[in-house]
Amino acid sequence: MSDNPDDKAPAPTLFWRDPRKRGWLVQAFVLAAVVGLFAFIFDNTLHNLEKRGISTGFGFLQNEAGFGILQTLIDYDETHTFGRTFLVGLLNTLLVSAIGIVIATVLGLVIGVARLSGNWIISRLAGVYIEIFRNIPLLLQILFWYFAMLPLLPHPRQSLAFWESVFLNKRGLYLPGPVTESGFGWVLAALAVAILGVLLLWRWARRRQDGTGRTFPVFWTSAAMLVGLPLLAFGLAGMPLSWDYPALKGFNFRGGITVIPELVALALALAIYTAAYIAEIVRSGIQSVSHGQTEAAYALGLKPGTTLRLVIIPQAMRVIIPQLTSQYLNLTKNSSLAPAIGYPDLVAVFAGTTLNQTGQAVEIIGITMGVYLTISLTISAFMNWYNRRVALVER
Amino acid sequence: MLKRILAMGSLLAISTLPVTHAGATLDAVKAKGYLQCGVTTGLAGFSAADEKGRWTGLDVDTCRAVAAAVFGDADKVRFTPLTAKERFTALQSGEIDLLSRNTTWTLTRDTNLGLNFTGVNYYDGQGFMVSKDLGVSSARELDGAAICIQAGTTTELNLADYFRTHGMSYTPVTYDKSDETVKGFAAGRCDVLTSDQSQLYALRIKLDDPESAIVLPEVVSKEPLGPVVRNGDEDWFKIVRWSLFAMLNAEELGVSSVNVEQMRETSKDPGIQRLLGLSGIKGQGLELSDDWAYNIVKQVGNYGEMFERNVGMGSPLKISRGLNALWTDGGVQYAPPIR
Repeated sequence: MSDNPDDKAPAPTLFWRDPRKRGWLVQAFVLAAVVGLFAFIFDNTLHNLEKRGISTGFGFLQNEAGFGILQTLIDYDETHTFGRTFLVGLLNTLLVSAIGIVIATVLGLVIGVARLSGNWIISRLAGVYIEIFRNIPLLLQILFWYFAMLPLLPHPRQSLAFWESVFLNKRGLYLPGPVTESGFGWVLAALAVAILGVLLLWRWARRRQDGTGRTFPVFWTSAAMLVGLPLLAFGLAGMPLSWDYPALKGFNFRGGITVIPELVALALALAIYTAAYIAEIVRSGIQSVSHGQTEAAYALGLKPGTTLRLVIIPQAMRVIIPQLTSQYLNLTKNSSLAPAIGYPDLVAVFAGTTLNQTGQAVEIIGITMGVYLTISLTISAFMNWYNRRVALVER
Repeated sequence: MLKRILAMGSLLAISTLPVTHAGATLDAVKAKGYLQCGVTTGLAGFSAADEKGRWTGLDVDTCRAVAAAVFGDADKVRFTPLTAKERFTALQSGEIDLLSRNTTWTLTRDTNLGLNFTGVNYYDGQGFMVSKDLGVSSARELDGAAICIQAGTTTELNLADYFRTHGMSYTPVTYDKSDETVKGFAAGRCDVLTSDQSQLYALRIKLDDPESAIVLPEVVSKEPLGPVVRNGDEDWFKIVRWSLFAMLNAEELGVSSVNVEQMRETSKDPGIQRLLGLSGIKGQGLELSDDWAYNIVKQVGNYGEMFERNVGMGSPLKISRGLNALWTDGGVQYAPPIR
């Protein structure tokens, strides 16, 4: 850059006198330095690993794994590859995070509202809940739910049975698994049609209300469509579904769907812990809307339920959503405590066993960090998009 | 969490490793004045801290022998408790100088990890422990069982192999620490606990009622356990290897911590004289003091003493020598001669 600037610069001012261009230049330098530093670390690492005789590269992902995994959402056995163990671990992480997020949100919402209740006992109970679960380390809660729950459950041979088809014991909750037969596609198609219909109905009802002021019972119509259409298709197609019932064979139940205690304990601990934070966020969000808004809504003749739905919540959401996002991110990242109780998540399976069997720490930790970053950024992007939508409602 | 920090730390550490030269580890160990040794997070007989925080066990004594050879003082060791998953990374990154953590010697580990196994301080094999109520007497009857295992071990792989070979199914319940596998087993999460046979006995005494569980007779794998060092430092490798050999040779020659002093004064046996540094090559080749082997035997004992004290008849485990007897007694423990 120190050579003749007149070559290409069409601008009359010299480009280092233009603060905008100068800014770009400095930024480019910083970027180059950062990239250079990482390239150096990367190269140095590879060189040193090679010198030490430690294998490098991603070829190991093709090798046979040779170990079993407790819970696999996709087809997996010992003959599959290490690459497959990555997918298995990733899906298990996503599963426990998704369950945790749903339960935490519902629980947090209920407790947050309960905290504001006029009923002294209810609001105090919610307060006690928040103070207890927010102030005990999460790892201890996970261990508590796991090791406190296990001894209470019966051995497989003395399982608790419900309707001869659902069984509960130390090895998990055994549910009948649905087995679809030919013709089940019609039911799915009917469901898709129902969903499309509901969306169209919403739009139509909204337009009608905007135009004529007349409301339409959207909720009940939608519910009837969503349940009724697939049910109708199910009957017409000749009930193309049978159940695979779990049965005690040898030591354990086989068949059906197994919900392992590790999943229950981890999801529960994550949800209960995070719900305490979400409850406080919900409370603060609701309290942030001034009481004058409620009074104004009443003065306009809105009913209390409508006031809450159309006036309070949309404004509270502006405060709630950004904080809720970080709680979702926390929950997802906290799910990496799974190895403590043997839940086979990404950290346990991939950054644990696979790392140990292949010894390729740099690659595997790199991939794992990349995955958590991607999950977090995805959740973040989704919540930001939602936040923008909610923010628009405010006007 | 801790694991991730460790792994990330080692990632950084690996990226900035200095170029090593032979003997670098010995120099570094001497300079800091103690040996940093990686052991288990607690496994009776092999490496466990007692109520005073003192580490004891077969693997611990292996570390102490190396410290005795290097410093002439077996107490100049600091121990780093590691889970099975963390152990290799800790050694690769230079956090520890020596890994002595009932680690199985396999081809993959010897070639892919940049590590070297220096020898075998315990010949083991994988077995199964089941609750007595289960009424099982052979591992072949375990089809469909839920099995507790420790993560990151050869056990995980052998288990999969064994069940596949015999066309049986199983549910693996994988924990981080061996303590947790016992807890899971005791709580009834699994029907079977699998690990190296020696560990099964060690873990069994942790149960509330050890008599309620039995160890099945089948041994389904070879598990030669031994100390491990980093690749690329031959001198250090040899010191660790010969520290163990010295203990084996001492037992073979009848030299123990009790009689070693007297032997040094009076013995006319040239083999004993060479072992104790009175004649022959002494400490030269290893760049150690001449009495390196004397210090090991005096402070830690010979292999037999170490075995009996930690896992044998002098311990709660009461494991018989079996494969670990000297070759002269029908076992496979055999050390090259010191001459």
